[in-house]
Amino acid sequence: MGHVRARGLGKGYKRYPRKWGRAAEWVGLGVHHQLAWVLRDVSFDIAAGEAVGIVGANGAGKSTLLKLVTGTVRPTAGTYETGGRVAALLELGIGFHPEFTGRQNVYMAGNIMGISRERIESSMGEIEDFAEIGDYIDQPVRTYSSGMQVRLAFSVATAIRPDILVVDEALSVGDTYFQHKSFDRIRRFRDQGTTLLFVSHSPGAVKTLCDRALLLDHGVLLRDGAPDAVLDYYNALIAAQRDEYEIRQGDARSGRGTRSGTAEASIESVEMRVGGQPASSVRSGQAVSFRVRMVARAPLPELTVGVLVRDRLGNDVFGTNTHHLGLGRTNIAAGEPMWVDFDFPALNLGVGSYSVSTALHTLDTHIVSNFDWWDRAFVFQVVAGAAPTSVGVAVLDVSARWSDAEERAANSRAVEGAGLDG
Amino acid sequence: MASIPLVRPGMLRECWAFRDFILESVRRDFVSRYLGTKLGFFWAIAQPLTMILIYTLVFAEIMKPALPGHPSRFAYSIYLCAGILTWQLFSELLNRSVGVFVHNAGLLRKVNLPKLALPVIVALSGLTNFAVILALFLGFLVAIGSFPTESLLAVIPLLALVVALALGLGVFLGTINVFYRDVGQTMSMLLQFWFWLTPIVYAPRALPGPFVQIVAWNPMSPIVTFAQTIFLEDRVPAWSLLLYPTAVAAVFLLLGLFAFRSLSGEIVDEL
Repeated sequence: MGHVRARGLGKGYKRYPRKWGRAAEWVGLGVHHQLAWVLRDVSFDIAAGEAVGIVGANGAGKSTLLKLVTGTVRPTAGTYETGGRVAALLELGIGFHPEFTGRQNVYMAGNIMGISRERIESSMGEIEDFAEIGDYIDQPVRTYSSGMQVRLAFSVATAIRPDILVVDEALSVGDTYFQHKSFDRIRRFRDQGTTLLFVSHSPGAVKTLCDRALLLDHGVLLRDGAPDAVLDYYNALIAAQRDEYEIRQGDARSGRGTRSGTAEASIESVEMRVGGQPASSVRSGQAVSFRVRMVARAPLPELTVGVLVRDRLGNDVFGTNTHHLGLGRTNIAAGEPMWVDFDFPALNLGVGSYSVSTALHTLDTHIVSNFDWWDRAFVFQVVAGAAPTSVGVAVLDVSARWSDAEERAANSRAVEGAGLDG
Repeated sequence: MASIPLVRPGMLRECWAFRDFILESVRRDFVSRYLGTKLGFFWAIAQPLTMILIYTLVFAEIMKPALPGHPSRFAYSIYLCAGILTWQLFSELLNRSVGVFVHNAGLLRKVNLPKLALPVIVALSGLTNFAVILALFLGFLVAIGSFPTESLLAVIPLLALVVALALGLGVFLGTINVFYRDVGQTMSMLLQFWFWLTPIVYAPRALPGPFVQIVAWNPMSPIVTFAQTIFLEDRVPAWSLLLYPTAVAAVFLLLGLFAFRSLSGEIVDEL
């Protein structure tokens, strides 16, 4: 129970260049289609109870693989086998009808997954409790907030522990509180022996939840191994693709932050390096450096390079520049490529997403002459590190002590005594 | 392809495993039509009741067409209602099963359902609607004192035949409709012709020469005639009358299953 086995699994969609090609095939008039492969020759064995993260860029074939595992799509090549009941959290609220009450929709949503009426009846209390929607359970679903709908849908979908659970992490479930609650449930299922297939874009989630990761790229299984190793490889892959993108896109980086400046000097690239390699995520407290590559277009008497780290919401977290660090550079020749490494021996940032903005200017601010200012030139993730769990953008060095009243009294007497003695 | 058995035992087992889904869908189908209305179930009755009353009023009181050999003034109303009821069941089932995969695209793309459960839902839901109308019609027959006591049970195999015919053709066309949506469009148009090629409004005897043959080829003709005889004359006609439609239904069912079995893997890819 709970195993997944794929052998040479492939999915190709038939493309008919001509309108009646398919009909011609039906009546036996030769082959008129080409196959567009979205997944090719994928083989793996997942043992019962394993938690496997599936990573890869958009269009890598992740969702197709999940659809094959859940059985909605049939493979074009190869075979697969799943042991036991598969439940999918790919899309919530399937079968919900806005005019019916929450309770009626719970029955339908359960039935769609092949759960019998009696089993739903016996878990109804638990489903209601978990969704925390109170009396709304007997109101039509159209009166629900989207959060309530999603909570109810998640509760039904996970009411009965499946042998294999397929989760798409892009599905963010309600508010932060409920997100935690739903992740707890997924984690509990895993601990009870449910096999977990987990598609995610966030390296942190895969590292904490999974004991193995599969990397898909253009429909091919590129790596299969420990999450750390696979994610590092994946990050390198994205970095390589992003470089191509930057070269291709030039300065018209639509998705990125704004750029401004006189262009007497311009930033070529900004990257984060962990252990000497480009990376897009870092463990909290790990050593990193931000490398800013630039080139002067004209001879410059003086140049300052600045970096500014901002949190997800755009609040400044930390910023500095070479001038403040006493490293202003003077008399720069045109056309000479240069780079600056800002080395952080320990990046004590809290878990989350951050951006780096960079600027080239003179002296200590960009107000006097601004050569190139690039907002959000680079975005990176901080995942949990060795330090104890904390919240907020800063990870401060901290320890704690317990005391009680008597002990404190004893301590203060001792201090007083010491004072008298001295 | 020829080696694929038309009915895999697993198919039936899967449908059975989803029986609660099937029943819940049928229930939802029925209830959702009148959701939000204050009178609810009344509306389920109102529409067919209006139909029966209008036909009775128009044909028994105002136009008074004579049906040869049937002196009762309600004769033509009964004849008409018996035909229309049977036809409505057939056309509802056919229309809905032609669209069954396309209309449930959202569901089929996301959930691993036994696809054959969907035509089963169509059949049960169509029969539920029919049961309401039939009950009304029988009430009307009791009211005018011509309830078909002797022959009513013969309606059951007749209905089974209608379901088989409509679903066989419906699943066949419904499968093709996934790939060529023109089929659905054509079908709703074709059904209008088909209605008039079935002796529902007119008696087959009234037809001019060339049409007799066309109507005879129509498998719905003997079925409708069978129903009309039961309700109008309280008599079970010769069962051999149904031989031809049964053969056609069997062919449609095989075609439907064959098309479905050959293409069911590609249905989701195309939706």
